[in-house]
Amino acid sequence: MATLRSSASALVGAVSRPALRATTAKTLPSLAVRGMAQVTDAQQTNQTASGDKANLKTFQIYRWNPDTPTEKPKMQSYTLDLNKTGPMVLDALIRIKNELDPTLTFRRSCREGICGSCAMNINGTNTLACLCRIPPENSADMKIYPLPHTYVVKDLVPDLTQFYKQYKSIKPYLQRDTPAEDGKEYRQSKADRKKLDGLYECILCACCSTSCPSYWWNSEEYLGPAILLQSYRWLVDSRDEKTAQRKDALNNSMSLYRCHTILNCTRTCPKGLNPGLAIAEIKKSMAF
Amino acid sequence: MRLSGLQKEVLSLYRQCLRECRKKPSTRRDHFQVFARQEFEKNVKIDKRDFSAIEFLLRKGRRQLEIYSSPGVKDIK
Repeated sequence: MATLRSSASALVGAVSRPALRATTAKTLPSLAVRGMAQVTDAQQTNQTASGDKANLKTFQIYRWNPDTPTEKPKMQSYTLDLNKTGPMVLDALIRIKNELDPTLTFRRSCREGICGSCAMNINGTNTLACLCRIPPENSADMKIYPLPHTYVVKDLVPDLTQFYKQYKSIKPYLQRDTPAEDGKEYRQSKADRKKLDGLYECILCACCSTSCPSYWWNSEEYLGPAILLQSYRWLVDSRDEKTAQRKDALNNSMSLYRCHTILNCTRTCPKGLNPGLAIAEIKKSMAF
Repeated sequence: MRLSGLQKEVLSLYRQCLRECRKKPSTRRDHFQVFARQEFEKNVKIDKRDFSAIEFLLRKGRRQLEIYSSPGVKDIK
């Protein structure tokens, strides 16, 4: 459904831009949307004035089809006019899928960086396609690969089964034996709640884990930054009562201590979180 | 003939499949055996040095085996 709808709007956009603008502004009267629309309008008028219409950009995208396993993966190039494309890489991918090649496969859902579906390797950095701008000045080709060191399901879709299995293994839910004092909610002080900031925002996009060389070589046993961040999120939760068991489960040479503070995780996190710090905190709490 | 590690893995997967077939109800057992055989024969032409393709098919086969071996699956066509 979503695909159909966006293809329709893309076509409308190509034919009559101002009409589409008016509807978006009407349906979404938010300041940001209106501001953006104005900027693009200004750009467009500038371009028509100077007579330069096409702002072409080439995207090189990793293609591999599981139905023909003997064919090697290859890079396929698609050229788009950026003036008719949204600002983000995901907009470009959706437009390629709608207009140039419907066989291109990738995961996407929320297009605003909250679902973590569109994690991929763009120009050498793991990030969410929906949060990654297409650099407008740079004319070099953009290279898009699936997340590194993952089995590929198809094209840009990585197989995250192992990742989710590991997430399950840390029991990512509240474990308590005693009921709440007043029989209502499990209360928490403001200071305790504050400890969860910077942890609960993680959307498990797997950008950090798949950027970690340590995780590349030991993904079977090492939990990886994303899962350890979540692990820490449950360790510091004041309402959780199984902290000791959680720590016990991490207390071996592989699960936690394969982190060698390379900090690729922190550098790559599209949400600006710090898994490296969380891992360091776990190590600290295990040491004393 | 000496088999390579990968060839041994393929054979062991096939053996596992046949073993799982035996756990299915006897009337439909041959359906499962025929299906397993077909799945392997589909890719019988792949060059034995095409490691990446064979490894992918092994992973795919293991996943399929895991799904079909669940006791809820009673018949296959």
